[in-house]
Amino acid sequence: MDLNIIWFLLVAVLIIGYAVLDGFDLGVGVLHLFTKNEEEKRVNINAIGPVWDGNEVWLLTGGGALFAAFPVVYATIFSGFYIAFMLLLFALIFRAVSFEFRGKVDSAKWKGTWDIAFGLGSLLPAILFGVAVGNILRGISLDENRMFTGNFFTLLNPYSVLVGILSLVLFTMHGSIYMTIKSSDRQLERMKNIAPRLWMAFVILYTIVTFYSIFEAGFLFTSILSNPFFWILFLVLLGAIIFIPIALKSEKFGRAFFASSLTIACMLGLMAVSLFPRLVPSLTNLNYSLTIYNASSTERTLFTMLIIALIGMPFVIGYTIFIYRTFKGKVQINEESY
Amino acid sequence: MDAVLLARLQFAMTVGFHFLFPPVTIGLAWLLVIVETIGWRKKKEIYQEIGKFFAKLLAIIFAIGVATGIVMEFQFGTNWSEYSKFVGDIFGAPLAAEGVFAFFLESGFLGLYLFGRNRVSKGVHWFSALMVAIGSTISAFWIIAANSWQQTPAGYVLQNGRAELTSFAEAVFNPSTVIRFFHTFDAALIAGAFFMAGISSYYLLNKRNTEIFRASMKTAVIFGLIVSLLELFPFGHEHAKQVAHTQPEKFAAIEGLYTTKDGAPLVMFAIPTMPPPQLRGKIEIPGMLSWMAFGDVNARIPGINEFPADELPPLWLTFVSFHNMVVLGVLFILIMLWSVYSLYKKNILENKKLLKILLWAIPFPLIACQLGWIAAEVGRQPWIVYRLLRTSDAVSVTVPAGNILFSIILFGLIYLILGILCVYLIVREVKHGPALHEGKEAVV
Repeated sequence: MDLNIIWFLLVAVLIIGYAVLDGFDLGVGVLHLFTKNEEEKRVNINAIGPVWDGNEVWLLTGGGALFAAFPVVYATIFSGFYIAFMLLLFALIFRAVSFEFRGKVDSAKWKGTWDIAFGLGSLLPAILFGVAVGNILRGISLDENRMFTGNFFTLLNPYSVLVGILSLVLFTMHGSIYMTIKSSDRQLERMKNIAPRLWMAFVILYTIVTFYSIFEAGFLFTSILSNPFFWILFLVLLGAIIFIPIALKSEKFGRAFFASSLTIACMLGLMAVSLFPRLVPSLTNLNYSLTIYNASSTERTLFTMLIIALIGMPFVIGYTIFIYRTFKGKVQINEESY
Repeated sequence: MDAVLLARLQFAMTVGFHFLFPPVTIGLAWLLVIVETIGWRKKKEIYQEIGKFFAKLLAIIFAIGVATGIVMEFQFGTNWSEYSKFVGDIFGAPLAAEGVFAFFLESGFLGLYLFGRNRVSKGVHWFSALMVAIGSTISAFWIIAANSWQQTPAGYVLQNGRAELTSFAEAVFNPSTVIRFFHTFDAALIAGAFFMAGISSYYLLNKRNTEIFRASMKTAVIFGLIVSLLELFPFGHEHAKQVAHTQPEKFAAIEGLYTTKDGAPLVMFAIPTMPPPQLRGKIEIPGMLSWMAFGDVNARIPGINEFPADELPPLWLTFVSFHNMVVLGVLFILIMLWSVYSLYKKNILENKKLLKILLWAIPFPLIACQLGWIAAEVGRQPWIVYRLLRTSDAVSVTVPAGNILFSIILFGLIYLILGILCVYLIVREVKHGPALHEGKEAVV
C-alpha cells in the first residue's frame, strides 16, 4: 500500500467523520424548523450545543487534509464550486452564531430569527453535501488540463439534486435518532414517531438513487462486483439499515444511532470504493480525471502528514469520546444552557 | 474591475474581519486560565465569578471567530487555486496540522468549559480552560507558520512547476516563523488584557460589582503591562530586524527609506507623499535605524531605489500602517504603566479619567493588529510567495470576476451584520452584568 492510497483512506475517514458527526447536528437543525414549543427548541439547541463546533472541525480538517494531500483536487473543486461554496459558507456562518446569539435577547422575534438561521443554516449544508457528493460521483466537466469548465448551474443537475435530497433525508433521520437519545416526554414520543418515517423515505430514495447511478455514472460499477471491499461494505450497510427500525421499535436508541452512523459511514465507504483510484472523475473524458496519483502532493509531504495524523488523531478521538461522555444522556436545561 | 484586484479585496476583507476575533479569544483565554487558576487553587470565589462572566463574553467572540474562520480554510482553493496548486505540497500541511492539533482541541474543550462547570470536577474544568488557551495558541502558531512561509520560503525546491517540500522542519521553522509567532501572539495577549481591563473599567466607573471588577482589573493591567513591554522589546524589535535581514524591500517600505543610506535614520514621524516617494515634515533619529537593524550606526541599508520597480510593495500604505502600529504599541505601554501605578497607589477606583481611557481603548489593540497585518501582507506584494510567485499569477483562473464580486457583496453584508450584532450583544451582556445575569437566567 503506498502513501497515496493511505491518504485516500484518511481523507475518506475525515469526510465520513464529518458526515456522521455533523450529520446528526445538521439533522437536528432541520428538525428545529418544525419544532414549535420553546422548551423543545431549547432541548434541540442544547442537545448539540457543546459538540457541534467540534463536529464541524471535521470539515475544516478534511479541507486542510485535502489541501495538503491532494492540492489539485482542493484547488479544482473549491474554485469550480465557487458559488455553491459561498452559499455553504454563508449558511454555516449564520448557523454558527445562531447558537450563541439566540438565547441572548429575550424576545420572540429575535429568537424566531435565529431559529430560522439555525434551521436554514442546517438545511442548506445538508443538501449541498449531497449535491457535492452527487457531482463527484457522476463527474464534473474537466478539460485536458484538468481545469473545471462547468458553472454553478451545471452542478445543479437532476442527479446531484436528487442525491442532495437523499442526504437531507438521511441527515434528518440521523438527527431524529440522535434526539431520541437526548429528548424526553412528548418530544421523545414525536421523535420515536418521526424517525421510522424518515427511515422509510430514506430507503426509497436510496434505492432510486442507486438505480439512477447505474445510468448516470455506469463507470462506477465496472469493476466493483469483484471487489471484496464492496461486498463487505454492502452487507454491513444492508444490516445497519435493516437494524435501525428494529432498534427504534425496541427503544434501544443508542444502538439505533450507532446503526444510522454506520449507514452513513458505509454509504460513503461504498462511494470511496467505487471511485478509487479516482478522486474527481471527468465528465468530458475519464482520462482527464483527477486521481490519487496525478493530483497528489509529494511522497515527503504525504509521509509528514501521516506522522501528523498519527500523533494528533488518537488525542482527538480520545477527548472527543470524553466530551461526549460528559454530556451524555437526556438534555437538562440549567443556568449554563443556551 | 479585474479578477485579481477583486480576489485580493475579498481576501483582505474576509481575513481582516476574521482577524478581529482570534486575538481577543487568545488573549482572553489566557487571562481566564490565570483567573480560573486563582479561583480554583486559592478557592477565591471572586475569581470564579470573573471566570464565569468573561467566559460568556469569550463565547460570543469565539463563535464569530469560528464562523468567519470556516471561510478562511477554503478561500485558498476558491479564490487562489493557482496558488493552491503551486504551494499545496508545503502550505497544506500546516493548515491540516492546525485542524488536527488546534481546532479539535479548542472547540471540544470550549464546550466543556462553557457547559461543564457543574458536570466535571473543578480540576477538569480548569484543564478545559487551559486547553482552550493552548488550542487557540497552537492554531495561531500553525497559521503564522504557513503565512511566514509566504514571507520567507524555506525547505522547498522548485520542481514540476510547483514548490515541493524538501524539509518540513525548515519549511515550518522558516526564518520568520518564530519571531512572527511571538510578535502576533503577544499582540493577542495585549488585546485580551485591554479587553478585560476595559470591560472592568465600565463597572468601576458605574460603581457596580466593584469587588469583582477591581480584581479583574488588577489581573488585566499587570498582565497587560508585561505583555505590552514585551511587544516593544524583544518581539517588535526582533521582528523588524528579521524583516531587515530577509525582506529588504519590505523593510525599506515600512521604514520609509526611499534611498540607500549609510547610517540610516529612524523616522519617528513623517507624512509620506508620492510620486515620487517623499517624506514630509519628518522627525528622525540619525543612524538609529542602522543601529537597530544591524547593530552598527553606520551600516548601509538599501533603500527603495535599489529594487526593480515591479518588485516593490505599495509605499504609502505600508509606511502609514507600520508607523501607526508602532505608535499604538507605545501608547499601550503608557496606558498600562499609568494603570499599574494607579493600582499601586490604590486610587484606580477614583481615577475616572484613566478608567474612561481604558474603556475606550478596547478596540485599539485590534486596530494595531490590523495595521500590523496590513504592513506584513501589503509589504510582501507584489508577491504571494516572496520572490517565487506573483499574486497576479495565483488567482483562480476558472472563477469569473462577477462571482467574486457576488461573494464580496455577500460577505460584506454578512460581516456588517455580524459586527453590529457582536458589539450589540457584548454591550448588552456587559450592561446586564454578572449578578443581574444570574437572576435573569432563572426566569428564562
